[in-house]
Amino acid sequence: MSSVDQRPTGTIYEQVQATPEFRAFRGRLRRFVFPMTVVFLVWYLAYVALASYAPGFMAIRVAGNINVGLLIGLGQFVSTFVITQLYVRFAEREIDPAATHLRGLVEEGNR
Amino acid sequence: MSAPYVLAQAAPAAVGSVAANVSIFAVFVLITLVVVFRVSRGNATRSDYYTGGHSFTGPQNGTAIAGDFLSAASFLGIAGAIALYGYDGFLYSIGFLVGWLMALLLVAELLRNTGRFTMGDVLAFRMRQRPVRAAAATSTLVVSLFYLIAQMAGAGGLISLLLQIPKTDRFSQAVVVVVVGLIMIFYVLVGGMKGTTWVQIIKAGLLLVGAAVLTAWVLGRYGFNLSEILGRATLNSPAGEAILDPGLQYKSKVDFISLGLALVLGTAGLPHILMRFYTVPTAKEARRSVVWAIWLIGIFYLFTLVLGYGATALLPPGTITAANQNDAAPLLAYALGGELLLGIIAAVAFATILAVVAGLTITASASFAHDVYANVLRRGKASPDSEVRVARTTAVAIGVVAIGGGIVANGQNVAFLVALAFAVAASANLPTILFSLFWRRFNTTGALFSIYGGVTICVVLIVFSPAVSGSSSSMIKGADFAWFPLSNPGLVSIPASFLLGVLGTYLGGREKFDAARFAEMEVRSLTGAGAVKATTGKVEPSRAVSVSSVGAIPTFGPVDGGTRGDRGRAGRRDVTDPSEGLTAPQEPVDRPASGRRRAVPPPGPNEVTVPHASLYDRSAWRD
Repeated sequence: MSSVDQRPTGTIYEQVQATPEFRAFRGRLRRFVFPMTVVFLVWYLAYVALASYAPGFMAIRVAGNINVGLLIGLGQFVSTFVITQLYVRFAEREIDPAATHLRGLVEEGNR
Repeated sequence: MSAPYVLAQAAPAAVGSVAANVSIFAVFVLITLVVVFRVSRGNATRSDYYTGGHSFTGPQNGTAIAGDFLSAASFLGIAGAIALYGYDGFLYSIGFLVGWLMALLLVAELLRNTGRFTMGDVLAFRMRQRPVRAAAATSTLVVSLFYLIAQMAGAGGLISLLLQIPKTDRFSQAVVVVVVGLIMIFYVLVGGMKGTTWVQIIKAGLLLVGAAVLTAWVLGRYGFNLSEILGRATLNSPAGEAILDPGLQYKSKVDFISLGLALVLGTAGLPHILMRFYTVPTAKEARRSVVWAIWLIGIFYLFTLVLGYGATALLPPGTITAANQNDAAPLLAYALGGELLLGIIAAVAFATILAVVAGLTITASASFAHDVYANVLRRGKASPDSEVRVARTTAVAIGVVAIGGGIVANGQNVAFLVALAFAVAASANLPTILFSLFWRRFNTTGALFSIYGGVTICVVLIVFSPAVSGSSSSMIKGADFAWFPLSNPGLVSIPASFLLGVLGTYLGGREKFDAARFAEMEVRSLTGAGAVKATTGKVEPSRAVSVSSVGAIPTFGPVDGGTRGDRGRAGRRDVTDPSEGLTAPQEPVDRPASGRRRAVPPPGPNEVTVPHASLYDRSAWRD
């Protein structure tokens, strides 16, 4: 927390950027959002590709007239809602407290 | 868009009586507009015009985002695409929704923390202002135009249905598009930005309730059994069982993937959506608004599945054809509830289009006035009056071009047309936004390559695609200059734009890397330090509706300078260069340090006023 005072060079933003706290915070955020982005994109593109290259599979009736394609499509809705809520929980636990703390460092340094 | 199933125009002989249709529709539209005008009346402070003073709450903004996003494409277009093509049409619903995760995870909060009004603000943060602002405004205009054309086509078709103008009467259809377009331009000029957010909130409510009622009604007809509806649809559809399976519309596998890619990557690059992230006070509220938007939009798209298949199941076989597919939802309403429900649903659809047109036109004209005119052409020295003129003229010009495009595109599926706008947004905007937020080395040359390259490639491929010429369902009939095989260019143009961004960055590698500026952008974007705060401190008591939104928002003093704390309250100063104050402690990158600019202490972010802030203020017309 007092690391800002020990780095007299550069703007306050450069000083904060250089703190281990900021680096750890940035890493935590990226380790969540980048893999999650890959997951939802792959899952979505798999759905699109299956419809194109395995239409027979997507056309298999599961219950009545409900087929695999429709179920996977509805699965996209479910996964979107789930990822949204996961991210909200992650952000409230991990991002907001750290962001507030680091913002405090910047504002302190600007006084 | 092949149309192998066009039956012999077995149009329903008459859809209600014209007088009844129109009067119910008109009453409903009038009530909506009166409510909107009353809600949005009253004088507000300057930055209110762009962003509502950054003072909307997450849920309010989330609802407005849903209102902004759920356009004619989502209601009329998707319902029609599912009714006609079944499974392939459902891809729109899924792509439009899943794309929001990109906005939620990577863009919304970081953007809120670094910009103020437009996408150009974010790019200008650590690049040469004038060229990137010009580029950002260019792509904003192109995306908005494609989007507007789709909305105009949808509005024209909708009113033609109410007036019972046959689809074959192209001239009368064109007249309707012109009249509807002029009404919408008039509304934008009069109603303005303040009203737009409330139009969007009210419209989102109307649309969700309307779609929910229709959905429940359809489900009720079939004992709340989705499988039953699907079964009935297979009996009515000319395609039979195939309507449940992939491949009915898209014979080309690659075309389907290209469309899917454009849908999922376009959302986070739509300028009118990006602008909405600035209407909230903090990144946390931006996150909340996206979460609200995702839930509302997701629920709505679940309805579209029932509406689309329900239209096929309930309407007589052959009613929905390629020519009138945008009418599926209103026709379904007529089949269920007669003229009354048709009038109401048509009015809801009209409000939907109106809200989106207003949002798009204002975003585009604001981007031109804020980025191009004020910062590029006049280098920040434009007078407020001249900017008002520029922005309003821009709004009219954009509207007129959109009307022309709407006439050409009339009869195309609206969702298909909007997907083209998504392709342009994903090609021109998304790479630049992601690179500038996450890639340290990204520079001005890279941004210019990516934006101009993305726009050019995308538009050229659209012009020479089967969507425009060379197929039975093209916009320009009887001509064939198509050499690009895909009807949506996303698969080629999006990766190309990312590559151009990388290429440009390395070619422009000799640009001086500004470590301080990059540090500032990164720290700000992640922590919210120095972000523009809510400005609305006090509101006239007459604006009853806004009170709830304002009450929750404390008015912060600017964070990056204790000396400026009081000025925001005392009165706002006019600042000639809106870019000042964006990054108060440092000089803009492309400007040589000059004592002149520093002679005046930089304003706190709250106080930066927009020169043409009275843009759409009716009270400003008096002078």
